[in-house]
Amino acid sequence: MPTSDKINAQRKKWEETTLKKVISRNPERKTEFTTGSWLPVERTALPEITTDDEYLEKLGFPGEFPFTRGVQPTMYRGRLWTMRQYAGFGTAEESNRRYKFLLGQGQTGLSIAFDLPTQIGYDSDDPHSEGEVGKVGVAIDTLRDMEILFDGIPLDKVSTSMTINAPAAILLAMYLAVAEKQGVRFDQLDGTIQNDILKEYIARGTYIFPPKPSLRLITNIFEFCAREVPKWNTISISGYHIREAGATAVQEVAFTLADGIEYVKAALNAGMDVDSFADRLSFFFNAHNDLLEEVAKFRAARRIWAKIMRDKFHAQNPKSQMLRFHTQTAGSTLTAQQPDNNIVRVAIQTLAAVLGGTQSLHTNSRDEALALPSEDSVRIALRTQQIVAYESGVTNSVDPLGGSYLIENLTDRIESAVWQYLDKIEAIGGMIPAIENGFVQKEIQDAAYRYQKEIEINERIIVGVNKFITNEETPKNLLKVDPELQRIQIQKTNAVKKQRNNQAVSEKLELLRETARRPEQNLMPPILAAVREYATLGEICGILRQEFGEYQESIVL
Amino acid sequence: MAKKIRILIAKPGLDGHDRGAKYIARALKDAGYEVIYTGIRQTPEAIVKTAIQEDVDFVGLSLLSGAHNELFPRVVELLRENQADDIIVFGGGVIPESDIPGLKEKGLAAIFTPGTSIKAVIDFIESCRSKIEN
Repeated sequence: MPTSDKINAQRKKWEETTLKKVISRNPERKTEFTTGSWLPVERTALPEITTDDEYLEKLGFPGEFPFTRGVQPTMYRGRLWTMRQYAGFGTAEESNRRYKFLLGQGQTGLSIAFDLPTQIGYDSDDPHSEGEVGKVGVAIDTLRDMEILFDGIPLDKVSTSMTINAPAAILLAMYLAVAEKQGVRFDQLDGTIQNDILKEYIARGTYIFPPKPSLRLITNIFEFCAREVPKWNTISISGYHIREAGATAVQEVAFTLADGIEYVKAALNAGMDVDSFADRLSFFFNAHNDLLEEVAKFRAARRIWAKIMRDKFHAQNPKSQMLRFHTQTAGSTLTAQQPDNNIVRVAIQTLAAVLGGTQSLHTNSRDEALALPSEDSVRIALRTQQIVAYESGVTNSVDPLGGSYLIENLTDRIESAVWQYLDKIEAIGGMIPAIENGFVQKEIQDAAYRYQKEIEINERIIVGVNKFITNEETPKNLLKVDPELQRIQIQKTNAVKKQRNNQAVSEKLELLRETARRPEQNLMPPILAAVREYATLGEICGILRQEFGEYQESIVL
Repeated sequence: MAKKIRILIAKPGLDGHDRGAKYIARALKDAGYEVIYTGIRQTPEAIVKTAIQEDVDFVGLSLLSGAHNELFPRVVELLRENQADDIIVFGGGVIPESDIPGLKEKGLAAIFTPGTSIKAVIDFIESCRSKIEN
């Protein structure tokens, strides 16, 4: 609904008098102002919602459809978001120490970073793992590593998020097996696995299997958890990495929700009832620098998903219509130059996430453009969240920017641009063909290229990089992973292989192979059985690689 | 006429962060070079094979996972073993300042860290032109 005639007439008058007088003397800094993702930004936004009915339809009340203002009625007045720092490096012992440090600093949930071999289903002694063991996360080969990782951390008391995708079923099985050993029941476990393979094909790169068997693994997890691990978030449908790859805010929401649609379709095709799994779907977004655009983005995402779930998939349970999400501040905005400036960037991004109504948040550390974060840097990042939570006052009201003319204007703009993408993707035949033919990657790359070019020609200012440059010394105290680590990890795994019942391992792996060949059967039980016998991650993925084949990247430049 | 310079942009190791690699590939192409991009998750062996088959003048390696000390020198070593050490190797990514001297000692001609402008990369390539044309 456009702004009322009365206000429009007054605007015209203002433009011709007050504004014109000033602009003729002092022109504005630019001819056009846009958000970080090139959406037009009005000089002064005016009220566009003019009737009560429009208010109720577009915004409503927090905790109710369409959830624009938030998924809970009290939001942070009831409980603050979960402060969850993504961490993990080196061996399970070292990561276990870092988790205990973070919990001791007031962090309220764990977030496990696995190394790349683990994420791609290779053991530490695999030739593909050379140089990568323990680098960007912790190396996990067998259940033994997982036991060490959670040593002294009661799994019924923490919620744990695991960034694991292609082998998500296996790491979840290991977590369940650790819980068994701690005497914790599956229905007491709280946490999330990322389990979002489509964005791996698009942006993140840790895929193993082709789409069809990958989607089977995902729906098998949905089914298994609905029965056995009811509090578990079975997927975290992620726009974070899509944005990091250079997507705009609109693309981030559009491609993430399009992935979400694909997962819902897959589960429905597997015979599940929408309300039996949809309330366990969770999302993961990026908080970038443009504060107002980001707040609008989160609000738009909630409104669109609610409509998709209600109108397209006929979900009845309001929980199935709620878009709950984790947020991480934007690693790609951090600069190697003047790294302390990154603390400020992260603070702005933290505000964006909180004003946007996030359920949990990771704040990046100032030194991430240089190396893995040091303990000091991680502490500052966590303190940033705590300052926003306890000192800023923005937690006292639900959706405090709701009703800002500009925020509502941007929320509407983002929503309509996202629907355009969703229609286009549907016309292509859904997200899988849109990825396989490179459409999604090309859209992102074009945006990434435009963004970088703007920096190159100083059209987009990055403080300390292309303006306000200083000569500086290289920072010290960067964290380094011990290069000996790979050898130590291989020794540990070899020792496990000697101690375990190898006959039982072979039997369980054969059972897994048999199940893999029967698409109507659930893969979780045989995976859990193999994990309990200390079969390695690489052995389990090896069987599945033989049965399912491997995905080949479609290279788009 | 100046020789048309051929460049292979490659992603060794398991790291999927390809935003930088793809940007460099496209920007170098726009600057008039012939550019080939390998895609992610390439072994050093596969990269060297492609470099030789495609008869490139440069290999640009991009890595953000921290495995550069192991994987970058391995590419140089394999090129040497295959009598292709006339191919100039450079690298980029999240690479701590303190690792750069070691990498240069092992045969990396240049290392570009975050925030590098495309002009710096082009200047480097052009500074090697006389070496390539001989």
